[in-house]
Amino acid sequence: MSTVDTFENALDGLAVETTRLAPEAFEGVLEEVIEKPAVGTLSMESVSLEGTPVATDPTPNQLTESVTGVTGASLGIAEYGSVVLPSTSGGAEPVSLFCDLHVVVVSAEDIVPDMPTAVGTMATTLADGRESAIIATGPSATADMGALVRGAHGPKRVHVLVIEQ
Amino acid sequence: MSTDDKAAHIRRLLDTEGDSVQANTRVFNQGRYAATEDLEDYEELKDRAREIKEEAISRLPELIEELTEAVEENGGHVYLASDAADANRYITEVADDAETLVKSKSMTSEEIDVNEALEATGVDVYETDLGEFVIQVAEESPSHIVGPAIHKSREEIAELFNREFETDEPLETAEELTMFAREYLGERVKEADVGMTGANFLVAESGTMLLVTSEGNARKCAVAPDTHIAVSGVEKVLPNFEDLQPFIELIARSGTGQDLTSYMSLLTPPVSTPTIEFGSDAPLSEADGDRDFHLVLIDNGRMAMREDPELRETLYCIRCGACANVCANFQHVGGHAFGGETYSGGIATGWEAGVHGQESAGEFNDLCTGCSRCVNQCPVKIDIPWINEVVRDRINRGEAPSEFDFLVEGLTPDAEPGGVSLQKRFFGNFGTVAKLGSKTAPVSNWLAELPPSRWAMEKVLQIDRRRDLPKFADETLQEWFLAREGLSPTEADREAVLYPDTYTNYISPERGKAAVRTLESLGVRVLLPDLPESGRAPLSQGMLSTAREQAHETYAGLAEHLDAGRDVIAIEPSDLAMFRGEYEKFLPEASFDRLSAASYEICEYVYGLVTNDPEKTDVLTEGPGRVAYHSHCQQRTMGLGEYTETLLEDLNYDVLTSTVECCGMAGSFGYKEQYYELSMDVGYELEDEFEAAGQRDRTVLASGTSCTDQLDVLLERKPHHPIELIAPDLG
Repeated sequence: MSTVDTFENALDGLAVETTRLAPEAFEGVLEEVIEKPAVGTLSMESVSLEGTPVATDPTPNQLTESVTGVTGASLGIAEYGSVVLPSTSGGAEPVSLFCDLHVVVVSAEDIVPDMPTAVGTMATTLADGRESAIIATGPSATADMGALVRGAHGPKRVHVLVIEQ
Repeated sequence: MSTDDKAAHIRRLLDTEGDSVQANTRVFNQGRYAATEDLEDYEELKDRAREIKEEAISRLPELIEELTEAVEENGGHVYLASDAADANRYITEVADDAETLVKSKSMTSEEIDVNEALEATGVDVYETDLGEFVIQVAEESPSHIVGPAIHKSREEIAELFNREFETDEPLETAEELTMFAREYLGERVKEADVGMTGANFLVAESGTMLLVTSEGNARKCAVAPDTHIAVSGVEKVLPNFEDLQPFIELIARSGTGQDLTSYMSLLTPPVSTPTIEFGSDAPLSEADGDRDFHLVLIDNGRMAMREDPELRETLYCIRCGACANVCANFQHVGGHAFGGETYSGGIATGWEAGVHGQESAGEFNDLCTGCSRCVNQCPVKIDIPWINEVVRDRINRGEAPSEFDFLVEGLTPDAEPGGVSLQKRFFGNFGTVAKLGSKTAPVSNWLAELPPSRWAMEKVLQIDRRRDLPKFADETLQEWFLAREGLSPTEADREAVLYPDTYTNYISPERGKAAVRTLESLGVRVLLPDLPESGRAPLSQGMLSTAREQAHETYAGLAEHLDAGRDVIAIEPSDLAMFRGEYEKFLPEASFDRLSAASYEICEYVYGLVTNDPEKTDVLTEGPGRVAYHSHCQQRTMGLGEYTETLLEDLNYDVLTSTVECCGMAGSFGYKEQYYELSMDVGYELEDEFEAAGQRDRTVLASGTSCTDQLDVLLERKPHHPIELIAPDLG
């Protein structure tokens, strides 16, 4: 199984939808996946939120009123179906946290097979750069109320877009 | 707490909280078993985690310095608090202007009672972890270090919320309750002036913290307010970022049984996320960006624990709760009985003794029976039973001598001070009691069962009247052995010492006789020397000096046999666990290595003999037959249960193996008046398995003596040791 296949498989087990797409298809797919209103912040080479219905540089009011938040992941971790969400000065952390639906964009080439590889990469990027990131695996969840419920404080649903060149 | 009060407290919890705790810990357990089974390098990850913790704690002072420098370089503040009051003073100063503060779950914050301190200065504190929120609304304390509200059922939470919040529509389902809390706490997060989190791990080199959560509330507490206070014990520091990897892969698996939690937050505060002015229409890019971060590192006894060779290991604990989840006693009563001021479960004895003092540990320490089921579950391989035994010993030494001491003084030639309770001295010296009882059997058996004797035993020793006492045999195993002729050295392929444990020798010689017959039929010349007790009984009562003495004497008695190349065979798994485990703490390394390498459990040994020479099975009693087998806790920890199961299967028996964690008896535990009902409550599960429809015809087998006693009470069928079933026919 390819690393991307493993990743998709793991996400499936977490009840997370995955769409694999070419950069050219990004705008169209994104429009289908998001529920409006949507906010986002994304700095990737291959794709951009420009020209999409996603509001960038949102205000706090937009942030709390939007249904969808779109952000990028610096890494995908195939064996777990995890995405690494860097905290940015553009507000990626609240955008990925406050909306009911989180749409994550990750490049296929940034998907690594396992946790040791991911931690090794983060040691040189995150730790050396004194940055922050979240290893997010599936939607927010709790079992504190007597049964598993998705959407405790964070997103209730997650959709991952894998950009394949 | 008096024995009667303790019994009443446990009875109440069995009735009120036990069912919920049991249901929830079971889910954690099943999850953990499944999640760790899938993990190819589970053992390597645990070893690596252990090594990292050992290194971190040994270098702790310099790591704290390095961490402090890194956090300050990043623009944050570090405060090293000597104790709870010191920490609270600093925190209340930081939160001086705050009206409200939102918190994510942190046991360390519970340890210092920070909520009370903040509220006393006029700050409203909101717990945002949904379990902690339930506890806060109910004005209770956590019953589990990971799942603070696992003692409450969904129905109880719904009733609580409907009463406290007067909702328009009554809340009922888990979904409705969660969405209500999400909404309510979401508003509190937006209003809050300060956010407080704990920290699961701290990285010295970069000032990064790892927060392990699934709800997302810790993420919100860290970034929604401009001020973030993180409260953490000093022991959470690791040297390097890459050291986090084994913990990331182990902590959720060990805790809730997930592969990972939803969010593993790696924050290097103050974070670059813009500050958020909720309600504002100004874009985030225009936010002022000033974030304030305070890391409060708490000593509160930890540096002293580091200097204490026995408590030091506690500092490796990553607070996953696996030791609580796997523990049969915990499953039945939860942390409100099996816990101290803050912490609960097996490792809590170490934490409470270290941070709150021995008195807090003493309240619940006896609930650890030393069964060792937690040992293989701990992701950093802490010897949790040992910590419990050491602290029990220290508590014993601190207790005032009893007015009844003279009664057991003659019976109990132990090396303990007068403070040890009579009950503990009685069970700790059971070998001596058995020797005397056996000499005067059957008169001693009749006397012991007379009402005045039982009354006195309950009064003085707190031995529960409802328990049948073990009956001493008229002829001990050793007496029987000496009066017969065994194999001569020339007839034998090898020689072995059969360890005559107290129970086998004095109370149940049949299993010893079966072992001798089996071994001889397989070409083993058996020796049955007069050996001291192994030390298991006093160790379980926290009588370490006596246990140590017995370990030295037992080794002395076995040394020559080891020199002669003889194997040592134990029938009682808890004695073998001493030879292979605790003796490491009592004996010189070379002595321990020699004995542990040469000692075997009887069925393990027989399995080895017949595997090497399969034709030998002909002399044993083969099936077909249907059996129900309950392995002993320590036997399972040593990984030895499989030998008995496979041996029985190879001999054509159909084997049903129990899946419950424990029989509930655990040595002397179930005899004690204060624990009788808990012991039976745990035992009923085993009864359910073996009494299930279609299983009642099975012959019941158990390897441990106390398991046998418990099964004897629970079932109408009389349990036997497996060796009695497979031993060659007498005819």
